[in-house]
Parts: sequence; structure tokens; C-alpha cells
Amino acid sequence: MGMTITEKILAAHAGTAKVEPGEIISVGLDVVLANDITAAVAIPELKKMGFTNVFDNTKVVFVMDHFVPNSDVKAAMQCKIGRDFARACKLEHFYDAGTMGIEHVLLPEKGLVLPGDVIIGGDSHTCTYGALGAFSTGVGSTDLAAGMARGQLWFKVPASIKFIYKGKLPVFVSGKDLILFTIGRIGVDGALYKAMEFTGEVVEELSVDSRFTMCNMAVEAGAKNGIIAPDKKIEGFVKNRARRPYRFFNSDPDALYEETYEFDISELEPQVAFPHLPSNTKNVSEADNILIDQVVIGSCTNGRMEDLRVAADILKGRKIHPYVRVIVIPATQDIYLQAIQEGLIEIFIQAGAAVSTPTCGPCFGGHMGVLAAGERCVSTTNRNFVGRMGHQTSEVYLAGPAVAAASALKGRIADPREVV
Amino acid sequence: MSGRAYVFGDNVDTDLIVPGRFLTLSTPEELAGVCMAGLDAGFASRLRQGDVFVAGRNFGCGSSREHAPISIKAAGICCVIAVSFARIFYRNAINIGLPVLESKSAARSIREGDEIAVELQEGRIINLTQEETYTFTPFPGFIMDIIREGGLVNYLKNRSTDRGGN
Repeated sequence: MGMTITEKILAAHAGTAKVEPGEIISVGLDVVLANDITAAVAIPELKKMGFTNVFDNTKVVFVMDHFVPNSDVKAAMQCKIGRDFARACKLEHFYDAGTMGIEHVLLPEKGLVLPGDVIIGGDSHTCTYGALGAFSTGVGSTDLAAGMARGQLWFKVPASIKFIYKGKLPVFVSGKDLILFTIGRIGVDGALYKAMEFTGEVVEELSVDSRFTMCNMAVEAGAKNGIIAPDKKIEGFVKNRARRPYRFFNSDPDALYEETYEFDISELEPQVAFPHLPSNTKNVSEADNILIDQVVIGSCTNGRMEDLRVAADILKGRKIHPYVRVIVIPATQDIYLQAIQEGLIEIFIQAGAAVSTPTCGPCFGGHMGVLAAGERCVSTTNRNFVGRMGHQTSEVYLAGPAVAAASALKGRIADPREVV
Repeated sequence: MSGRAYVFGDNVDTDLIVPGRFLTLSTPEELAGVCMAGLDAGFASRLRQGDVFVAGRNFGCGSSREHAPISIKAAGICCVIAVSFARIFYRNAINIGLPVLESKSAARSIREGDEIAVELQEGRIINLTQEETYTFTPFPGFIMDIIREGGLVNYLKNRSTDRGGN
């Protein structure tokens, strides 16, 4: 019996020829990531464990992105824990306001995470890097501390679920719509503890940006990791960024999957996840005059170039609805700069949007666009739990950048096909 | 250990347990006061030492914030019983020494306010109010040790003599 890509990567990092689902193994870590929130908990734990330093100052990466630029004194004090530790340990890859981007967009962009890697991060959306053909998963701060100290962590090898997407991607349908549709089908615990492997002709055609979006939300189905076999597009993405060797793994034809889903998406509409679960997914045409107060375009899910281009195409030469606040957050400084050079930022500002420096800000209800009681937001982010973006009675509708931009113009949840 | 049951539904997420706006707090003492603040700001103040959380499927889904189990434990909750747990939350809870018990029958039968006693070693949950007993698979020895010693950090500290690092 063959192995899946997930099993092969884990086996290679455990120094063994073969692993099976359910087996508990100790694996070497290529990258250990922390942000301002999770580092602040992990650092004291690492010290309590008796360590004063990290296992390798080139492999532990800190990104101050959640409450940065600091939103208040408490956030500043919390960030200071990460900043001081990063300096003391001489971390080679430390990113703060000015160089910082949203961690899961920044690390691939900087070539810090590569195909075939095993990566842990103190952030649940660490599963994003599966789009490069890496095993990548989120952990809490104690595991993070252990990983930072030893460069090793134990895992139970996950069983894999295969998703095959057939057909041709319709206009205005992107990776976000595919993953929302998928979570809608299997539920928020539909892949609990499992690997989600995305395959098929649609995925092969999908841009690298859209692949990141799909893997990013694997955790919203409860998965341990999301993964896509690397191909020429991934080779093109990493070859000029990588500063160390990387390796492509592929699933064997006779690899064992716990389940296989096959979807023909040729007729798929843009998707919207209604409050308060990412699995509460509907076709955009089912949104019946749902008035909105805010639109957020950004985050580790949809703050990449492709997303900004799609949104700008729709907003170009038009005005945002007077009752809607639109916040556009390019995910990294490079993306921000590229968006300036392409004229996208001008389009956003002319349309009446606020454009922010990179930050996770509103996605988790931290700052930069928190909602009041009863307010509704269409957001390209990844979670729409109760109170996620602010007040307990506020509502978040998850969608891709096309629906978000169209909704910004109409003042209600709108189908992009209505406005262009 | 024993206490009163607080019963929740499916998919209780970590944003409900500790909302994002409180993530500038990081000590157990601070986090105890905001336990379940996403549901009700006054929730934590009503909890007593030894109380039990009971929930449906996928408890602790969403963000990897270890603040969530830290807050539950610091608020005095002695264990969480659920049909199933989200992966990261489960591991985080064990790592900080909060027992997380998977028992479908307990999760489906226990009602709000029931008096619950838990015998970790024996794998028994006793509902003193309804006079019922439910079972779960007891933890292996090393996990019992982690829980007893208050989490993985203490567990490692109590055992390791090698304090390497580069």
C-alpha cells in the first residue's frame, strides 16, 4: 500500500520509510512560527521548561501581526515580550511594523516555508502552507514552546480525506468559494483530526494565491492540515524565493484515503457563509436583501494580489455605498507596494475605501474595524463565529473578494454578476 | 473532583471562550475573569471551584489560542466533558493539565445544574443528581501524570536534567 503526500512528508521527517495513520511519531521541525499573541504565552513557558534560547535562531520565526501596529498599552506590552525575546535570541526572521505582513502570507512570500517542510505555528491558520506541498499545522503555546526549544514535536499521523474538484471554474468563483462550498458540505468537524488533500483538474488550474486560500481554511473543517501536491506553478513560486533545498512529494496512486469526495464545480455560484459558522454556506443568490454596514477585504485568507485585483476590478470607477465602511488590508508590505504600482490603491481610495497597513486587526475583533451591536459585515476572512469581529450581536458573512466588492457597492450582500 | 454542570451545545469555539479583544491578557489570573465572556460577560463570576463544562461536538474549535483552556482551568472548572473536541484545543488542554473527557452518553444525558463527580483514574463520570454513571476511556499513565502535575511544562521540568538549547 502506498502513502499519501502527508504521510510521506511526516515519514521523511521522522527518519522512517513508512508511517500509517494513527501512528504516533516524533518529527523534526523545519520552521516554528509565533505571532505577538502566542509568543507572549509561549516565551514564559519555554523559560519555565528551563530553556533560555531557541533550538535554531534561523528556524524560529516571529511575526508581530495581530495587535500591530499596537492598538493599546496592553497590546504594546504583550508585543514587547516577543520583541525583547527575538532580540535576545538574535532571531534572523523577526518581522514587526514596517516589515511585517500577515504571517501566513509573509512566510511563503519570503521563501521561509518550502515544499516538503514540516512547519508548526502558534496560530491555527498555519495550515495555509500546505498549498506549497508542506505539512503544516497550528499548535497552542505549550507545544509552540516545546518546538521552539527542541525543534521536535510528536504527532499522531492523520488519516487523509481526498477532495477531487472537476469541471471548469466559473467566473467570479475562486479558491475561497471552493473551500466555503467544501466546508458547507462536510461541516466544521467534517475533517476533524484529518488531512484534507485537494486534487483534481480545477485545483491544477487554480492560482497559487487561491491554493493558499483553500489550505488556509482546512482548520475550519477541523482538519490537522490541508495539502495540495506541488506542481510547476509552485516551482515557479518558490524557485527564486528559496534559500535552502526543498523537496516535492506526491501521493502514491495506491495511497489509502479514509474518504473521497468528488465535486463538479462548473455550475458553482460564488459562496457566502452566513453567521455563525463557516459551514453555514449558501449560494450568493440566496442572500435576500441582507443590508450591511462594513466590508473587510484582507487577512491571511484573502489579502493577496489576486484578491486585491479582483476587488479593484469591481470597484474601479464606482462609488462605495454611502452606508458601508470598506476596509482594505493588503496582507504584506510587498503586496501593498505592488498594489500601489498597479494603481489598485488609488482605485480603492477613489471608490471610498479605507486602506490599512498590513495587520490581522478586524478579522479576530482586535482593532482596525471592530463591529458595533447588530452590525453586519461581509468579510473575506475565515471565521464568522458569534462576536468574532466585535459585539456579541454583530454578524460576519464570509465570502471571496468578488462578493465583498460587489456588496460594498450595493450596500447589501450582492452577486458580482449584478454589478459588472 | 465534583461540581455543578454547565451545559453547552455543539461547536463551542475559542472566540466564545476568550474573545479576541481579550487576547492582550495572558496570565491565568487575568484570563479566569473572562471565561466564556463571548457568551456572557458575567459568566466567569458565577463559576465555583470544581464545576464541570459539558458540551456536544467539536468543543474548542477555531483559533489555537491556549488562552481558552487556560481561562477555563483558571476559572475553577475541573474538567470538560464533550462528545468530541477540536484537535488543537484537545492537545492544549492536556498540555496545561485540564482534563478533557470524550463521553457521548455523559454529554447527551447531563443537564444544566446536575451535580457531577469525576473519577479520572477509573474512567467514570457519576451524575449524582440523576443517579447515573457514564464511562470514558481513562488516560494512559503519562497523560495522567501530565494532568496531575499541572501540565506539560511541570511534567518536563520534573523529569528532564538536560536544559540544552543553543
